[in-house]
Amino acid sequence: MKYLDAFRAKEPLHTILSRITALPSNPLSIMEVCGTHTVSIARFGLRSLLPSHIRLISGPGCPVCVTAQGDIDLVIMLAREGGGHKKCIIATFGDMMRVPGSDSSLMQEKARGADVRMVYSPADALAMAAENPDAEVVFFAVGFETTSPTIAATILRARQANIGNFSIISNHKLIPPAMHVLLEDTTTAIDGFLCPGHVSAIIGIKPYQTIVERYRKGCVVSGFEPLDIVISTYRLMLQIQEGVPRAEIEYSRVVQAEGNAKALELLSRVFDVTDARWRGFGVIPRSGLTLKDAYARYDAVKKFDLTAPEVPDPRACQCGQVLKGIIAPPECPLFANTCTPEEPAGACMVSSEGTCATYYKYEQRTPSN
Amino acid sequence: MCIAIPLEIVEVRGNIALARYGNSTRQVHLDLLEGVGAGDYVLVHAGFAIEKLNKDEAEKTLTLFKEIGDEIP
Repeated sequence: MKYLDAFRAKEPLHTILSRITALPSNPLSIMEVCGTHTVSIARFGLRSLLPSHIRLISGPGCPVCVTAQGDIDLVIMLAREGGGHKKCIIATFGDMMRVPGSDSSLMQEKARGADVRMVYSPADALAMAAENPDAEVVFFAVGFETTSPTIAATILRARQANIGNFSIISNHKLIPPAMHVLLEDTTTAIDGFLCPGHVSAIIGIKPYQTIVERYRKGCVVSGFEPLDIVISTYRLMLQIQEGVPRAEIEYSRVVQAEGNAKALELLSRVFDVTDARWRGFGVIPRSGLTLKDAYARYDAVKKFDLTAPEVPDPRACQCGQVLKGIIAPPECPLFANTCTPEEPAGACMVSSEGTCATYYKYEQRTPSN
Repeated sequence: MCIAIPLEIVEVRGNIALARYGNSTRQVHLDLLEGVGAGDYVLVHAGFAIEKLNKDEAEKTLTLFKEIGDEIP
């Protein structure tokens, strides 16, 4: 199944673009809520291909970026002090290593001697715990609905294998509640959403139907290739022109309307929905996941009696405004100035899918977009 | 971070599969999917298969692209 070329083909792309240009339309702001979309749009130069009245704006689609400062400080503290244990290994995804906390990062703590390790999969962190029975392995878990089922499966495996020296700090977040907040906010003007393909593979289309009914904004679940994104934009524009917002799936080769039932079952078996603090947004009710009481022994916050400090988002840094799509990265005074991928001031410049890092890499010559 | 890559399953061993990865294979966890067999393409995220790829739907989407293209004179 070799489809890459087909989904990147030039001919249909130009045809759909000319369709879009021909469609009479008021200025439109379409938000993508997935960092992988943000990267695709920038990498393939889609902003410059679309007519100027179509604004593609990036939303809170990067889990690294939306993690609150206090939650990062908490893990840095644990890396430093080891939770009272002689040997404590902090495992996390690569991008989390470099996110600046208030006065350090996990990478800096590693340089100072803390045992911080990068993993590709939560299953690797569990294997690390099995291989190091004299150490406590704490997995700093971030991610949206795409990632949280992999953590749920790992917790169930830990219980099955009776691995007691493994725990997680859950910073999992849910995408639809953030979309609700964005639509309630009068400073953001969003005409429709390109919905995240892989989050939707898990949650299906139902959460977007609620958004369509409540706010009358269209939602199209899009794939990640240039043709996917352009045709999804076109479908949103057709909805707006007809005045009939809908929840649609363009990425039908992966996403089913009902989502992934097994992954959803694992999620509800292991996690409770809870209020969560987001960078730039503050606390969003029922937008996070915490381990159920039955799995409390795998909850590092309970196990080591940790409390996240109340830390405001860094002041000069405009990550919050960027994450809400209120400003584009070049409008932040720190962008490409004192905040670069080598020395990031804010989380959005760290992750390879962060909006600022993506703009820095691909879109610096078009700051007016 | 929600990036996921499509891989072809070569062999299933209980909860774990081997998937073709360039000229080698790599392990994929199957905890989140039922009924995966050799020859299936799955999307892999953080070491876990999160969904099967549907070949018919992929063809349908490509046909749709083509039809839109053909409608324009």
